[in-house]
Amino acid sequence: MSQSADNASSRTLPAAYDSKIEGNVIFTRVEAAMNWMRKNSLWPMPMGLACCAIELMAAASARFDIARFGAEVMRFSPRQCDVMIVAGTVTYKMALAVKRIYEQMPEPKWVIAMGACASSGGMYRSYAVLQGIDQLLPVDVYISGCPPRPEALLEGLMKLQEKISREPALTTQKPELKERIEEFA
Amino acid sequence: MTGPQLLSSLSELFGAKILERTEFRGETTFLIGAGDLHELAKFCKEELSFDYLLDITSVDNFGEEPRFEVVYELYSMTMAVHLRLKLRVSEDDPMVDTVSDIWPTANWHEREVWDMMGLRFKGHPDLRRILMWEGYPYFPLRKEFPLEGKPSEMPEVAFSSIAPMEGGPFVTQPSTATAKDREPRARPPLDP
Repeated sequence: MSQSADNASSRTLPAAYDSKIEGNVIFTRVEAAMNWMRKNSLWPMPMGLACCAIELMAAASARFDIARFGAEVMRFSPRQCDVMIVAGTVTYKMALAVKRIYEQMPEPKWVIAMGACASSGGMYRSYAVLQGIDQLLPVDVYISGCPPRPEALLEGLMKLQEKISREPALTTQKPELKERIEEFA
Repeated sequence: MTGPQLLSSLSELFGAKILERTEFRGETTFLIGAGDLHELAKFCKEELSFDYLLDITSVDNFGEEPRFEVVYELYSMTMAVHLRLKLRVSEDDPMVDTVSDIWPTANWHEREVWDMMGLRFKGHPDLRRILMWEGYPYFPLRKEFPLEGKPSEMPEVAFSSIAPMEGGPFVTQPSTATAKDREPRARPPLDP
C-alpha cells in the first residue's frame, strides 16, 4: 500500500482501478483503508436506558436492518465495542455508571446521543435528569427525536461514518506504530 | 358482606378512631390518627378482606399544621371495593408506623415516601432511598424544593445540578380556553 504526504489536497483521493488490468488489487492510502474498515464495522455498545432503546432494537430488526452497516453486533461488553449509542434518559443516578462504561471502551471510540433526552435532557427539565450526556462524554453525533425513527438512527450512523472517513486515523495512532508503518512504506 | 356493608362495619367498630369520613363520587376516604394506623390496617386486611394495597403516597400541605398527609389506597379483590385511609403527620415528628408487615408491597412504597418526602416509617425493615441515591441530601417532592433541582455532589456516586428552565415548566393552565391558549409555548408560533 502506498502512503501520501499529509496535505489537504491529496487527502481526497484514491487510485484508479481496473480489475481486468490490475486484478483484485487496490492502491489506496493507509489512512483511507483504516477509516474504511473502522466505519464499516462499527460495533455499538447499546446504552439503552429508556424508550429510545426500543427504536434501537427496531433499527436492529429485519425491517430497518442495521446489519447493512456492519453494526448488528451489539455487544454489551464495552471492551468489544467501538461506538456507544446512548439511547434514553440519563438520570443523575445512572450518569456516572455510563461514564465508567465509556471509559472501559478501547480507543478508537465514538458516541452517538440518540434522542432528545440523551442530547439535552429532553422534556425532563428536573432535579433527577442529566441535561444531556454531553456534559460527561464527548458526543460525535446527536440524533433528535422522541424517539427518533430507526431511519433517523441509521442516518445518524451514516453521519458518523462520514465523520470517521474524514479522521486522521494514522496520525492519531501511537507514534511507535506510525514509525513502524513508515518503515515499510 | 357487600361493599357498603364493609365500609359501614369499619365505621361502627372503630367509630371513635375515625376522625372524618368523606364520600366523593362513590369513593370513601377515612381520616384516621397516626397512632391507630397499624390496628386499623390489620383489621382491614384480615377481617374486611382488603387484601390489595394499591398505593401509599404522601401529600405536602405546605403551611398547614400538621404538614404532611400519608394516603393509603386499599382494594378488596373479593368484594371489589376501594377504600382510602389518610393520616396527618406533622413536621416535628415525621414518623409513621409501617404496614409492610401487613402488606409486603408497602416496603417499596414506604421507601419512596421516605425518599421523596422525608417521612420515616417505624419498624420498616430496610428504609433507604429508592429513586434518588443514598446520600442525596434533599427530599425532592417537598413544596420548598424547586423543580429544577439543587446542586449536590457525592464523588464516585452521583452528582446533580440545576436544570435550565428556559421559561419555566410548560404545564397546562387550567381554564376553558382552547388547547392552544391553555398551553404556553417556549416560542410563539412562527407566523407564515
